Amino acid sequence: MTAASFAGEPQQQPRLSFNRDIRPILSDKCFRCHGPDAAHREADLRLDRREDAVSPKPACRAIVPGKPAESEVYRRISAKHADERMPPAESQLELTAVEIELVRRWIEEGAEYQPHWAFIPPREEPIPQVKQRGWPRGPIDHFILAELESRGMKPSAEAWRETLIRRLSLDLSGLPPTPEEIDAFVADRSADAYEKLVDRLLDSPRYGERLALEWLDAARYADTNGYYYDSPRHSWPWRDWVIAAFNKNMPFDRFTVEQLAGDLLPDARNDDRIATGFNRNHMVTNESGVIDEEYRTGYVVDRVDTTTTVWLGLTVGCARCHDHKYDPVSQREYYELFACFNTVEEKGLVKDTAGPPPLLSLPTSEQKQQLAELSEKCKACEAESKAGISELKKAIAVWEKTLLAKLEPPAVDGLAAHFDFEERSEDRGPDALPSNVVGTIDYADGVSGRAATFDATQYVEFDGLKLERTQPFTIATWLKNGSLPSTCIVSKMASTADARGFEITWYKSQPRVHLVHTWGHQAIEIVAEQSFAGRGLWKQLVVTYDGNGKAAGLKLYVDGKPQRVKVRRDTLDGSMATDEPWRIAWKGMGIGYEGGMDELRLYDRALSAAEIDAIYWRDMLGGAIALPVAKRCTQQRDQLEGYYIEHEGTDEQRKLAAELASLREQEATLKSEVISAPVMHEMESPRETHLLVRGQYDQPGDEVQPGVPAALGMWPADEPRNRLGLARWLVSPQNPLAARVTVNRYWQLMFGEGLVRTANDFGLQGELPTHPELLDWLAVDFQRHGWDVKRLLRWIVTSATYRQASSLTPKLLAADPDNRLLARGPRYRLAAELIRDQALAASGLLVARIGGPSVRPYQPPGIWEAVSYNGDQTYVQDHGEALYRRSLYTFWKRQAPPPMTLAFDGPTREICTVRRARTNTPLQALVLLNDVTYIEAARNLAQRMMQASSEATGCVGYGFRRATGRLPSDDEAAALVRLYEHERTAYRGRQEAIEKLLAAGESPVDAALERTELAAWTMVASVLLNLDETVTQH
Amino acid sequence: MNPLDELKIALTRRQFFGRTATGIGATALASLLDESASGSPATAVAGLGPKPHFPPRAKRIIYLFMHGGPSQMDLFDYKPGLAARHGEDLPASVRMNQRLTTMSSRQTTLPVAPSPFKFAQHGRSGAWMSELLPKLGTVADDLCIVRSVETEAINHDPAVTFLQTGHQQPGRPSFGAWLSYGLGSENRDLPAFVVLTSRGSAISPADPLYARLWGAGFLPSNHQGVSFRSSGDPVLYLSNPEGVADDDRRRVLDTLAELNGKQHAATLDPEIDTRIKQYEMAYRMQSSVPELTDTRGETAETFDLYGPDARTPGTFAANCLLARRLAERGVRFIQLYHRGWDQHYNLPSNVRLQAGDVDQPCAALITDLKRRGLLDDTLVVWGGEFGRTTYSQGKLTATNFGRDHHPRCFTMWMAGGGIRPGTTYGETDDYCYNVVRDGVHVHDLNATLLRCLGIDHTRLVFKFQGRRYRLTDVHGKVVERILV
Repeated sequence: MTAASFAGEPQQQPRLSFNRDIRPILSDKCFRCHGPDAAHREADLRLDRREDAVSPKPACRAIVPGKPAESEVYRRISAKHADERMPPAESQLELTAVEIELVRRWIEEGAEYQPHWAFIPPREEPIPQVKQRGWPRGPIDHFILAELESRGMKPSAEAWRETLIRRLSLDLSGLPPTPEEIDAFVADRSADAYEKLVDRLLDSPRYGERLALEWLDAARYADTNGYYYDSPRHSWPWRDWVIAAFNKNMPFDRFTVEQLAGDLLPDARNDDRIATGFNRNHMVTNESGVIDEEYRTGYVVDRVDTTTTVWLGLTVGCARCHDHKYDPVSQREYYELFACFNTVEEKGLVKDTAGPPPLLSLPTSEQKQQLAELSEKCKACEAESKAGISELKKAIAVWEKTLLAKLEPPAVDGLAAHFDFEERSEDRGPDALPSNVVGTIDYADGVSGRAATFDATQYVEFDGLKLERTQPFTIATWLKNGSLPSTCIVSKMASTADARGFEITWYKSQPRVHLVHTWGHQAIEIVAEQSFAGRGLWKQLVVTYDGNGKAAGLKLYVDGKPQRVKVRRDTLDGSMATDEPWRIAWKGMGIGYEGGMDELRLYDRALSAAEIDAIYWRDMLGGAIALPVAKRCTQQRDQLEGYYIEHEGTDEQRKLAAELASLREQEATLKSEVISAPVMHEMESPRETHLLVRGQYDQPGDEVQPGVPAALGMWPADEPRNRLGLARWLVSPQNPLAARVTVNRYWQLMFGEGLVRTANDFGLQGELPTHPELLDWLAVDFQRHGWDVKRLLRWIVTSATYRQASSLTPKLLAADPDNRLLARGPRYRLAAELIRDQALAASGLLVARIGGPSVRPYQPPGIWEAVSYNGDQTYVQDHGEALYRRSLYTFWKRQAPPPMTLAFDGPTREICTVRRARTNTPLQALVLLNDVTYIEAARNLAQRMMQASSEATGCVGYGFRRATGRLPSDDEAAALVRLYEHERTAYRGRQEAIEKLLAAGESPVDAALERTELAAWTMVASVLLNLDETVTQH
Repeated sequence: MNPLDELKIALTRRQFFGRTATGIGATALASLLDESASGSPATAVAGLGPKPHFPPRAKRIIYLFMHGGPSQMDLFDYKPGLAARHGEDLPASVRMNQRLTTMSSRQTTLPVAPSPFKFAQHGRSGAWMSELLPKLGTVADDLCIVRSVETEAINHDPAVTFLQTGHQQPGRPSFGAWLSYGLGSENRDLPAFVVLTSRGSAISPADPLYARLWGAGFLPSNHQGVSFRSSGDPVLYLSNPEGVADDDRRRVLDTLAELNGKQHAATLDPEIDTRIKQYEMAYRMQSSVPELTDTRGETAETFDLYGPDARTPGTFAANCLLARRLAERGVRFIQLYHRGWDQHYNLPSNVRLQAGDVDQPCAALITDLKRRGLLDDTLVVWGGEFGRTTYSQGKLTATNFGRDHHPRCFTMWMAGGGIRPGTTYGETDDYCYNVVRDGVHVHDLNATLLRCLGIDHTRLVFKFQGRRYRLTDVHGKVVERILV
């Protein structure tokens, strides 16, 4: 197979090649109805396999080798009448005269088929001979040059050294070279100067960041969950794992196995588990009302699609619903792949705030140390108290029998309603008010007996105490709150814009109380100063109001203790009466409560602190001792013990207990600060996988086992039938695709385009490689030499092909506008992230720290509010170093990705992307001209220019070189100096304008510099950062 | 020509153009925002080839998206028979075991909640509308009301994504991106696809939007919608930085053009030429966009027509007025989102507030387009991602109730640009639960809208990962009977 049909043609008419000449026609125009998809096959005719196509049928033969005139296929495609002609008109497909002629000739030549090139394992191709022997620097160049020579073309001259070091630095480190680096390289006359430069760049830690960037697109990496609320998650430990893996030059086969199945490796380490975040980067939903299995199925589908696109260069997604129409992947085989990813311990509806489970807890080394220390101290403390533990337990067992009598019962004076939630949600207070339960409430063990469990859709209504500004009251209840950031605990409020009435809400772990006449005008609002992360414990919450119409009369207690509050509003003169019922776990506008709730009491007076304390202990301890010891929860046991020690224990016991409580509190706080990353983790007993009829989650068909498509190979006999086996097969020599696909992606990274331009489609519908032998040669070399990515990149960048100048000539432009033959060097616009990083580097702002949580640099205000749920989410910009980190660390919210990145063709990271488009738009110009990022960079670059030289031409030379890697020509320098002079004149006297311009960004202005000059040079630097040459790899 | 030569040329062309991954180059899809070097200059037809498939009736779409799912039986689909069934459990024969969201699937009963609103017929066409839409009633004879739209998704995120991209999962181009790709732009100084958002007045949470809803999916990203903002720069990064005057900017651009021109002469890279033009267009946008969004020149009568909110930027009324101005300037796809239609609870009060937001501006938009002669070639579409249940979610009282999501039938309306005015199409059962006549699936709807623009939905395709993708996937039937 050769790319024989390019411009500058070979002379005689060669025999047709099925792969090159015929399959593209048959696949594109015929296979939809006469291909692998059995369910949609027409006329029982299959043209993708020779045995079917040539086999005699009763009426006719589709293909009679050697005899086009007798072949029904030829007769139909060349038929004059529309109703006879294939493809039929309604398919919107047509064969050209040339294509029809090709098919005719091919039948005449014997209608030989060939297996699809990409499904045959790559062979070691002989390195072709060339005439221009002095040109090649390595095997790659032989393949490229042979092809050029075959059509009478010549390669371009080598690029200038300044160009080469810039090209290399951007490709291998993602950053431009410094002037010192350029000077050193230009001056280095040693024979291996270039190779030394390559090695330096490959060894730089910037290399890992550079390669990670491309991988993040493929892995659809983001910092949020994607669907609906699009809440944040902690995926960045996986991102840092990727950077480290590239920097260590982890062999690509191991890189593959760890990411797909690191958790299943024998003795899997934490790092191996973090690596599996690759297939947890998919989106998840938290939209109430979704059907769990529908979404969970979608997550597995995403893993199959991503894995096959990245390692097979195939999109098998079509086979979810029916056999693939073009590629040999049956629906059953699709579900065999699906089975590999279907046994993760996960769910479809994800309400967890820590991230989508399964999660791996990842304390920092500092946190680890602190936790270890705390744990040590706890142990010591426990050991000390343990001495008397059995006596203590015995003592408590005796003491608790008499405890109830000593505890004051909850006040009954003024009790207006009491919901004990003992498997029923009704008022058990003195008046037994009628209540109305909406939805089905679940019950579980509570503080005292059973408790209600709400999921934010059920609630309880009752008509009770009338509220008024002058009416004192108390609400007391127990809560074990869930993950929703914004919930309502109890309300009696109109759901109009006035929001007249009363409510207690729970917003981001802080209780809030509202007494409202007209919201926004007349209301009292208090918010607890402290937040109360539940951590799975029961918390008592009490609100009392004295009826004086002032915030000071509103008190908040947590666990029996009064809390400090912030008074946000304190104007309530009008009435707060409303006819709305009391609603437990609900407010009328549709906001519910998520979590456990127990013992809700309503009083028509403000209880005293002592009364509240009494309720706390009576509920807690009474609830505990009503249960046999073994059935009590940890919280109940701890509280009982604590109370005993407090009231009956020795001083020493009290001291120890207080110390232990404080240590445990510290430990719990610290643990809640530890982040968790989504990882793969298998279920204890794996779920069965069934083929899903028409891809529907609720229509299971036959059960299937993990497997790989037969056309691509066999499951390795000695590997387990799970994800690990699949991962190992993917990078085994038996898989014809992974090495080719990977080599092609790295070629694409270095040249801007792959040898196969459809990097995401190596299937029958994909493009053929421009240099198939070269692709195979590289793939085989890659496999044989340990899947060594740095070795591969070194082959590519040290080639004479890569080192060519990228300028065009009219001849090249006419003969090969897309540079498929590579008679010139790569030339294309840089990716969004590289453009920003380059501006930061050129201006000296770049902060080179690797890894860590994602950062939030400048972003215009209002972008998150405009799209987020209820406008609730706000982008809170970081300050200091975080503004100047490399762009791969910028926080990625899928609902509203970084706007600069979107403008420059960044994907949304919702699905796997292995190839970005490159467009050229006015919105891109606006970003580079006006975004504060680039104005601040321009000002900092201007400062450097002024510091570098006192002569205008010196300033221009320095800045130009920082931006483009070369010195300007005299013409270019003159144009920039002219602009500087104009701007200096123009800014003279515009003091306010100067200050505003220089104030862009948060980095300090060099006070030693004259400000009018600096403003003028900032304009010049802005031009430099906008130059086509600056944003272009060339 | 010698057949062999012809063959060689054809093969060459296929290698160079016909099988590229993104299709750029193959179809010369030069929308205004990407006068890509390999494409031709902006023309009326881009992704479509040399000419449209049908004579186009509409040149552009204004899509008034009612985000959250408006209640069809409280606005358009009159069911007088339900008044007598207040509180009765929805019969199993009607529900037919169709799936519900898990928000109401745990309810013990599904009590029928008749609409509390009065309905009347409007115009010569006699279209039914509820009392919540008095102004819209005055333009009833311009509308085609489709009561039988059906969708497949039952939750917001997938349902909005489905309606706008033809697929429930992310990754496909949105309607506007398809049009930008297919038809390019009519205006050299504005984007082909513009998005305007507003928040509703309902006292209930507003469901989220996503960049993907105006994204280009696998189409080149210059086809993505440009979101206009109501505060700050109308288009991100539009204004010069503080302290940079227009003269400064002009000099910067002139110097830039001079240097880029030199670079072009030295390298012959056509992309440089394109970039020079894009910078000039950016400069033009700096005046054309503020000119567009500055409504001070509109008459008092016009503001009165759109209602009191029209003077407040960011409201639905102000966005409708902007939509007209965008239509006048030839923007191809003008997408409005009005949030807040998700009435799970307190529907009677909240749907009244939402309808109050949109009633007058919608009527005004139609009137205003019509009197300026723009309604003939502008297609206005109104609707949400699904309808709402006939039964109450949560407690049903004499005056209050909520409604859950309902994908099986809902109402949308269209006006102008090739749509038959004064029609009501499709019918639902007595409970407003199932379509009984002339169902219009989302794919049918999209096929029909494309037809109005002269596009055969089966032929507006883009090849990606080996497959020819369409807005309508492999489905869609044009609803001929609602076309002129």
